[in-house]
Amino acid sequence: MNGIHDMGGMHGFGSIAAEAHEPVFHEPWEARMFGLGRAMTSPSGSTIDRGRYLRELMPPIAYLGWTYYEHWYFATALSLLQAGMITMDELRSGHAAPGSPKRNDAARPEDLDRQFKTLGNFAREAASAPRFAAGQPVKARIMHPTGHTRLPRYARGKLGVVHRWHGAHVFPDTSARGEGERPGHLYTVMFTARELWGEDAAPADKVCLDLWESYLEPA
Amino acid sequence: MERDHAHDHDDLVGQVPSDPALRIKALESLLVEKGLADPATIDAWIETFEARVGPHHGARVVARAWVDPGFRQRLLADGTRAIAEMDLLGIQGQHIVVVENTPAVHNLVVCTLCSCYPWPLLGLPPRWYKSAPYRSRAVIDPRGVLREFGVELGPEVEVRVWDSTSEVRYLVLPERPPGTEEMSEDQLAGLVTRDAMIGVARELR
Repeated sequence: MNGIHDMGGMHGFGSIAAEAHEPVFHEPWEARMFGLGRAMTSPSGSTIDRGRYLRELMPPIAYLGWTYYEHWYFATALSLLQAGMITMDELRSGHAAPGSPKRNDAARPEDLDRQFKTLGNFAREAASAPRFAAGQPVKARIMHPTGHTRLPRYARGKLGVVHRWHGAHVFPDTSARGEGERPGHLYTVMFTARELWGEDAAPADKVCLDLWESYLEPA
Repeated sequence: MERDHAHDHDDLVGQVPSDPALRIKALESLLVEKGLADPATIDAWIETFEARVGPHHGARVVARAWVDPGFRQRLLADGTRAIAEMDLLGIQGQHIVVVENTPAVHNLVVCTLCSCYPWPLLGLPPRWYKSAPYRSRAVIDPRGVLREFGVELGPEVEVRVWDSTSEVRYLVLPERPPGTEEMSEDQLAGLVTRDAMIGVARELR
């Protein structure tokens, strides 16, 4: 979706506020939200892509006004509400409604090391041979899907060169919609800064993006 | 169009407490009451990223690449496999590409669409990495961003920006500082900074 999250190339956000000796978490609630997001039992069918899509559904003003772990809160609460695992009244009160079901299968601390090591492998067997090879010129498609995609607006319609092939990875656009992994070949595509931003860009500079095969066409 | 109720309840922002501390405390209490989360597991994840996992992991990878040419070659050819040798892969970092700074090339890592970052190698991202100014500007104005971090690059240096749009995570391999030939791998790791491995710093000392 053409949302506020797709920030690459926007102007007007000001300078970058780097902090010396920054803590991992600035507020206790940031740490709690991080830990809760990792430790909780997610609704069945949850995927990382679904989670990102839910964050993208934040109203733009809230997206900009809320910080990173508040985005996590939004996506977490939304996923639980949509799955019927909590109600809005429960979310507001912080207490389970009388008689609501209670589970006993939440992740334990001793599960952490295995989860840390094993979660998040998105490489899959490919159903077909890759269409493109390193060195090949390609064009990022012009497309404006209303759902989740990982092709940013600033690269759409632009010409680049395949830099590296990664094999097949879970396809975020369908994974976010609950339509399955549908693995697609993934490539790093290198664009010149001038192709993306015009003649004012430094002539030698490049921007590289990881793009799925269906985002690309031969150039 | 939407067959999956994606928009159900997406107006929740106005319906929950405006104070994030209250909002998140309520969510945690609720999920604990429902048996959907164990507070001890929440504590354990926090402790993992406050005390165990951080930029010192990435620094070990960089230092090894500096002292071991064979490892360096494997690392640049297939970062995932080389880092697996060191048992440093993990969540938000199962697929790694390492990009090498040289006198002619400087690399900078960003995630414009969210805040993807190689957790097992660098820990959780700093606030500025997740901020709108960095996410918006790193791709269109990398030299201006670098200048704000005190890095001034001449036109002879090519800037390569890596926008983390997939589950592949990027780590910058900085140049080894001159005059460090006598240092051990552990000592070298102590020179490597988080910012250099993101690419917002260039020269280490």
